[in-house]
Amino acid sequence: MDKTNILLDKKRTEIIPDSFIGRNARNRLFLGVVIFFSVLTISMVFLIIGTMLFKGYHQINWAFFSQTPPNTFEAMMAKSSGNIIPGGIVNGILGSLYLVVIASLIAIPLGLLIGIYLYENSSKKYAGVIRDITDILQGVPSIVIGLIVYLWVVVNVTKGYSVLAGSVALALMMLPLIIRSTEESLKMIPDTLKEAAIALGTPYYKVILRVLIPTSFTGLMTGILLAISRILGETAPLMLTTLGNPAINWNITKPVGAVPLLIWQFYNDPNMVDLIWSSSLFLMGFVLILNLLSKWIGARRRI
Amino acid sequence: MNTDPSILSIENLSIAYDKDKLAVKNVSATIKKNAITAIMGPSGCGKTTLLRAINRMHELYPNISTEGKIKLYDENIYDMSTIKLRRKVGMVFQRPNPFPTLSIYENVIAGYKLNGINLKRSERDEIVETSLKNVALWEEVKNSLHKKGNFLSGGQQQRLCIARTLAFKPDVILLDEPTSALDPIATAKIEDLLVDLKQNYTIVLVTHNMTQAARISDNSMYMYLGELIEYDETTQIFTNPKHTSTQNYITGRFG
Repeated sequence: MDKTNILLDKKRTEIIPDSFIGRNARNRLFLGVVIFFSVLTISMVFLIIGTMLFKGYHQINWAFFSQTPPNTFEAMMAKSSGNIIPGGIVNGILGSLYLVVIASLIAIPLGLLIGIYLYENSSKKYAGVIRDITDILQGVPSIVIGLIVYLWVVVNVTKGYSVLAGSVALALMMLPLIIRSTEESLKMIPDTLKEAAIALGTPYYKVILRVLIPTSFTGLMTGILLAISRILGETAPLMLTTLGNPAINWNITKPVGAVPLLIWQFYNDPNMVDLIWSSSLFLMGFVLILNLLSKWIGARRRI
Repeated sequence: MNTDPSILSIENLSIAYDKDKLAVKNVSATIKKNAITAIMGPSGCGKTTLLRAINRMHELYPNISTEGKIKLYDENIYDMSTIKLRRKVGMVFQRPNPFPTLSIYENVIAGYKLNGINLKRSERDEIVETSLKNVALWEEVKNSLHKKGNFLSGGQQQRLCIARTLAFKPDVILLDEPTSALDPIATAKIEDLLVDLKQNYTIVLVTHNMTQAARISDNSMYMYLGELIEYDETTQIFTNPKHTSTQNYITGRFG
């Protein structure tokens, strides 16, 4: 035999242990580095939440959720007499919800349909092109999306800043997230399940509607919730599309307030600084709840 | 009842995956009614493709081309609608695949639900009960019919899948290695079940397990490289095979 079995070659197996000298020490060093950076990251998150709680909690009261912001004079008066700033951000809360609902109505059906298309035709050239374009869309800076929607909707459709324009901008940002999460969660369904339905003579559209979508429901919901929490904090595109509104507005062709826009306004007014923190706390809490909700739904994934 | 003992006749069936890669080569055979027909052969011999061709599930693969005919009674299945065909020719797969979002009850009548066929409540109840009794699962699940089926064992899930197929009142049941993912006890239960079921149904079974074919089938096909080498009564095939290739396979020399 001229070719020896490498696993049975005594010489070689005796060599191996020598190269592992100091292995435990290196292991421990590596573990230490990993732990150090994990703790660093986690502490950042807690620092952010802690700062916001500390600076923002005293502004959180019923008025905060039920009243519109004070004007700068009212805020100044309250500050100088040592009171908390009166009023709240109800216009921003309702405006943000309004924007998110309209954006979801646009992005969710479209995103689901495109995601299903990509899943069904994953090997086709055209699907690859759509996938690439989706990735590009995801990479477009949000301010650029704001500019484009300004041109399309603000200038040409609603002739002014509006809920519709803001929602279209947010929908454009949600779309790639929903498309990819739809495709990914459909891919996780075993083919055998699809076959089971087809073998029962089920027409194909019903296989999609009655089997694929219910089975991947948790995955689809997770994707949608993450997309929503992603756009809740968007500020730049909203500045160019809905502008903001100090009052509550339900007209889709008129401007509306939003929490991140209010934070920006408060930042520019030295009398309102306290409201920045409470608004941020609210926004952060809301996004956190959505994230936790999506995690909870995701954990209940069945297949 | 049709007294004709054959129910399916496969005539010069050839199936190609790519242009010239034949998975099934010019196969002709008739399958007897109320009998278990086993299809055996080494991996890649085309037995699963042949089985899937009987209810046209093979058409799901891309770039497939099919020549020849399969007649169910006297009707060519390639002229029938797939929906009608798959109601008459049901299929059970290698791995149990109950619908995870449906309850046990809904799983059994899934065929009706998914096809939009509305049944009266009493009819539904009857179909569910009879189907589950036919697969000997009724006693085990009758108190948890409206729970999801994921607490069932693999063997119970596979019997649930067979019940789902039976609920559609098919003439023929195709089984693609139905016990390969199951333990020996569950396998024995399914085998007993198949033997009981052949009184009312025609069963075609793909199996990797030769002893299984020997135990339960009436007729056996031996396929090799897409060709049907030998098709005869199971006792003939196992005791006195005509071809050396069949003999080599059965005696375990390859496969």
